[in-house]
Amino acid sequence: MKRASGGDARRTRRGSRILVRAVLKTPLHAVIVVICFLWLLPSLGLFVSSLRPRHLIQQSGWWTAFETPFQFTLDNYSHVIESSNMGRSFINSLLIAVPATVFPTVIAVFTAYAFSRLKFFGRDAVFLVIVGLLVVPIQMTLIPVLRVFNQLRLTGTFLGVWLAHAAYGLPFAIYLLRNFIDELPVEMFESAQMDGASHFRIIVSLVIPTSVPALASLAIFQFMWVWNDLLVALIYLGGTPDVAPMTVTISHLVSSQGSGWEYLTAAAFISMLLPMIVFFSLQKYFIRGIVAGSVKG
Amino acid sequence: MEIAGILFTLAMALIVPVVFLSYLFVSEKAAGGRRRGTQTARSLPVFWLIPAAVVLGFFLIYPMIDTIVLSFMNADSTRFAGGENYAHLFSDRAFLIALRNNLLWIVFFTLVTVTLGLILAVLTDRVRYEAVAKAVLFLPASISLVAASVIWKFMYAFRPAGESQIGLVNAALSVVPGFQPQAWLFDVPFNNAALMVVGVWIWTGFALVIFSASLKGISKDLVEAARIDGAREITVFFRIVLPLMSKTVTVVVTYFVITVLKIFDIVYVMTNGNLDTEVLANRMYKEMFNFRNFGRASVIAVMLLVAVVPVVVMNMRKFARGKAGK
Repeated sequence: MKRASGGDARRTRRGSRILVRAVLKTPLHAVIVVICFLWLLPSLGLFVSSLRPRHLIQQSGWWTAFETPFQFTLDNYSHVIESSNMGRSFINSLLIAVPATVFPTVIAVFTAYAFSRLKFFGRDAVFLVIVGLLVVPIQMTLIPVLRVFNQLRLTGTFLGVWLAHAAYGLPFAIYLLRNFIDELPVEMFESAQMDGASHFRIIVSLVIPTSVPALASLAIFQFMWVWNDLLVALIYLGGTPDVAPMTVTISHLVSSQGSGWEYLTAAAFISMLLPMIVFFSLQKYFIRGIVAGSVKG
Repeated sequence: MEIAGILFTLAMALIVPVVFLSYLFVSEKAAGGRRRGTQTARSLPVFWLIPAAVVLGFFLIYPMIDTIVLSFMNADSTRFAGGENYAHLFSDRAFLIALRNNLLWIVFFTLVTVTLGLILAVLTDRVRYEAVAKAVLFLPASISLVAASVIWKFMYAFRPAGESQIGLVNAALSVVPGFQPQAWLFDVPFNNAALMVVGVWIWTGFALVIFSASLKGISKDLVEAARIDGAREITVFFRIVLPLMSKTVTVVVTYFVITVLKIFDIVYVMTNGNLDTEVLANRMYKEMFNFRNFGRASVIAVMLLVAVVPVVVMNMRKFARGKAGK
């Protein structure tokens, strides 16, 4: 009996300590929750507005949409997809981003392997140049490349943008993968070489399978970079709606629609869908890639 | 026609890597391949570096040299102009405004975002729903700057006093007595600050995630020992935690400075550089496409390059030191 009551007392004491700590932590929780809420509000406002009919958006704040009677509609979406070129632009964004991710990743794997595993004169010096290229502003390249593209008739073509994005992403991709391959156990390569495997074979059957996490981070990083890019598309694709990705189409909508919020919000939300899906489903790789990318400008 | 275009695009997207891979495969065979116990052929690295070298040479190295040359040429690059473009820009109000704005961005945006990121890293470290909070704050970094700009243009939407506000910023502030609705993107000098807020919203989560990772690497014993010695939380942070995170802070600050130096999308979408909000990248774009002056546009690009040279040198030194350490 006695022992039991002693246990109870201890338990209450511990219980109250937890309670005290919880009370002390209330301001902390309040600050974090409020900030998170503030951070979500702008996107929430966009999403809610994209579902409201035109006349209401122009009349009242989106936060009033939660009052009855509810008035929501998908018309804005069907309008921007059909009439504002957003449907085509979504496909264009995909058609641009997928090859612009595959090209540099494939090239980088082999180049990074060469820098890591092959011995040749001036290897570190050449790699130093790549390190130097990491932060070179893209602006330094726009005019000369555009002039050559004009001559080769590559302006306004996907091929031109793919190659440009591949090149701009390449230094970082090589840098990241070389560091990764450097860390792989040497014994793995030695035993494969003993068995007479070619370098090509070693890459395909050893390096690529063991580098999946690094490759995933890199590919996601590059894909999001291209998907969200405005400048490169604007310069090399020009204003042709046929090839415009969503970023370009939306920026045109902003200047032509001005305050046509029902269309702007719907268009912007369509462009956010894929990044948000990638973010939530592949968060680990996504964040790792972005964090690794902080060395890049 | 549309389907044909898409198919052609997909075919190209497949053909290029296949050609590249075949090239690597064949070149290794041609270079003598690798037989049991033999050395790798000397020519193999050369073959394998050629594709990357061609791409980087054409898209980065040659253009850099050419841009420097063009900066000394006239508008359509037909005549040598000496230092004319440089002299002109430094007496051009529009350019100087852009330069000033980039400096404002570098100082204020970086200061606010890094400070906020640090504070939030320390705060979220102490709660159990840390992962959720970080995901929420990081979300803006995953969407495009264009979408973020649309979001905030709507946040800043302005209606004259008396009408019901549809922008959240004006609506929320109208709770304050005596507040008059503002056209945030039109009021000099608030419009620059309004643009920077968008940047803060986008990049705070990014800073938070990096700082948080660095914070986790700090020994708990060290911090605990200081607390037992009676140090206050603030003292622990400034005397122990922050010094240990200084390297990470430098990386993040450097990243922000470079990012902001080249900032383009936010200004392009939200104000198009009107009303004294222009930044260098937008000025360059206008010189390029609105005024067709490649000489002046190139000067701006060269300015951006000069500004990142210290970072280039720093990165190269870091790499060289790392190599020596191995």
